[in-house]
Amino acid sequence: MLLRHTSKEITERKALTINPAKTCQPIGAMYASLGIHGCLPHSHGSQGCCAYHRSALTRHYKEPISASTSSFTEGASVFGGQANMLQAINNIFTVYNPEVIAIHTTCLSETIGDDLPQIKKKAQMEGKIPKGKYVISASTPSYAGSHVTGFSNMVTSMAMMAEPTGKKNGKVNIIPGWVEPADMEELKRITALVGVKTILFPDTSGVLNGPLSGEYKMFPDGGTTVAELQSTGDSIGTLALGEWCSADAARTLDTMHKVPCSILDMPYGLMATDRFIDALRTIAGVSIPDEITYERGQLVDMISDMHQHLYGKKVALVGDPDQLIAMTEFLVSMDMKPIHIVTGTPGKKFEKRIKEITKDIGCEVNVRARGDMYLLHQWIKNEPVDLLLGNTYCKYIARDEDIPYVRWGFPILDRQGHQYFPTVGYKGGLRLLEKILGVLLDRQDRDAPEEKFELVL
Amino acid sequence: MRKVAIYGKGGIGKSTTTQNLVAGLVELKRKIMVVGCDPKADSTRLLLGGLAQKSVLDTLREEGEDVELADIRKRGYGGTWCVESGGPEPGVGCAGRGIITSINMLESLGAYEESEGLDYAFYDVLGDVVCGGFAMPIRDGKAEEIYIVVSGEMMAMYAANNISKGIVKFAASGSVRLGGLICNSRAVDNEAEMIEKFAAKLGTKMIYFVPRDNDVQRAEINRKTVLEWNPAVPQADVYRGLAKAIDANKDLVIPTPMEIEVLEELLMEYGLMEAA
Repeated sequence: MLLRHTSKEITERKALTINPAKTCQPIGAMYASLGIHGCLPHSHGSQGCCAYHRSALTRHYKEPISASTSSFTEGASVFGGQANMLQAINNIFTVYNPEVIAIHTTCLSETIGDDLPQIKKKAQMEGKIPKGKYVISASTPSYAGSHVTGFSNMVTSMAMMAEPTGKKNGKVNIIPGWVEPADMEELKRITALVGVKTILFPDTSGVLNGPLSGEYKMFPDGGTTVAELQSTGDSIGTLALGEWCSADAARTLDTMHKVPCSILDMPYGLMATDRFIDALRTIAGVSIPDEITYERGQLVDMISDMHQHLYGKKVALVGDPDQLIAMTEFLVSMDMKPIHIVTGTPGKKFEKRIKEITKDIGCEVNVRARGDMYLLHQWIKNEPVDLLLGNTYCKYIARDEDIPYVRWGFPILDRQGHQYFPTVGYKGGLRLLEKILGVLLDRQDRDAPEEKFELVL
Repeated sequence: MRKVAIYGKGGIGKSTTTQNLVAGLVELKRKIMVVGCDPKADSTRLLLGGLAQKSVLDTLREEGEDVELADIRKRGYGGTWCVESGGPEPGVGCAGRGIITSINMLESLGAYEESEGLDYAFYDVLGDVVCGGFAMPIRDGKAEEIYIVVSGEMMAMYAANNISKGIVKFAASGSVRLGGLICNSRAVDNEAEMIEKFAAKLGTKMIYFVPRDNDVQRAEINRKTVLEWNPAVPQADVYRGLAKAIDANKDLVIPTPMEIEVLEELLMEYGLMEAA
């Protein structure tokens, strides 16, 4: 009972978070930057921040994460980090020669008020940025928002690289949000099947799920290229997947370059994927190919075949807003009952949206933005659930309360597969369902008395 | 929209001058927002008739991150929008960060949008540009025009020279420029001549000379700008003059701050003239 001190009695807490359901903004910014081809993420702050953020990503993706830092010392914190940043830009282009440096700030550089756009301009004027190379930046103080905010801020900076030529490129921008490299691959497969030409950004496939080839590449082959990012201003439209992760970037392209955007939910599960496919169909003016209809049918088939095992099961889930919204809808669509839902990311809209999705499930739903896992655990103690969905940190709750548990979200530190098997789209829905059914039926087998231990389920 | 920041040594009369200037601009039918960047939160007292404003940071602390524009800005004299950034109590926290947070929040809430129809946004900034946070209003795309309130006293000129150094740093890569010096008189010997010379050395001009007048005090006690308290007094015309001078000013420069020795020489030359 590692969490034996969690009390059943819930008291309002304002100044204390226990087992947070979020992490630092720069982790999101760093992950997004890795989705640009040939990009070196740069952390403007002291070395410890950078080291932690790199290791947080490495532990989840099981790949080396290259990133540089401004290496703040006492001096830089007093006199400002401009000198360090300028030197860093010079060193990075001289030594590592990336296509893009994507700078994000840290709590320290934000607090002392370093002005990245100004420093960037100075570097430009002093000729420290070679021709054809780029430096982009995002402001990412961790005392505001969460890793999701940091991700969104960096994706917005990527959108600002657009340089429209005035001639439309006939492509659709897809902003996938914070999904796994395998999911980005799957989104490209789906859009290609539907017959839509796309620019997907960021795109970490081929960067964080690459093969072991025996040869180390600091900049792997994957990632959205600079040319593609510049071309996003010429696209016929943008589909942003997830309000929290992707909407700001899509709106930036809309306001700056009049590229119309639709903000959709992340395509997890049946209905959200339906809406995504339909949006693709509309924006590109194509009809849906049989392959897609076939995959959808397979998902519907498994849902209806296994409905008796899903019906009425109570679920607790924790994660990031965009993922939770789509997942909650998926669970409700299969007649499951998501009753405890927590995210650490702020945003009142989240609670409203979840309430709306769950309004007809026939029982009370606890939902909290800016919540923590302690609260989730307390809710579970008061109203037990049949299934827990969340990142690796949930394993403590699952063990103490003996709940079937599927690892889902970020980070997953103790199981594999998330890098390689997608969970978006209809195929991804099948995988989610397989995992959910797996733990539910394992539990049924474990607890069944001998006379009810069934061969066929 | 013209985005103006008023800087100057602490206690020189920035807030008083700004608010009276704003009242003068109101008479010219300008639409204005005043953003106080001072933890004391007294930059809009005369426009609001008292310390009636809940600061952005207090609102943030009490209501969390879901703040709306209506929570943090209030209508003051002549329809001006008044915002106080606020800050921590003396001796704790980071006031500079507070200013960064507030201005970012105003931007994200759309207070500067064209649809707001503003002619002017004024930033009234505490004292010297002591650290990054206090430079927030002169960062790229925020205030583009700086006026420094100064008097003929050594330390006021010293501060003005220092602030000019800050402007040079940001002007090199951005659009911020110095609009001029506003002399808020302390009745020092040869004050106007000295400030004119000082301004010339900085590469700018003394845009207006505001003489010392106790009516300013009287209006302050009544929590009003001079123009509201008694539009007929001579000092009211002074502020009208200041408003017109700034409204018409197109002379925006990158300043040329001087070495401290040069500044001291200037003081010797003018300060001792009468005695000699």
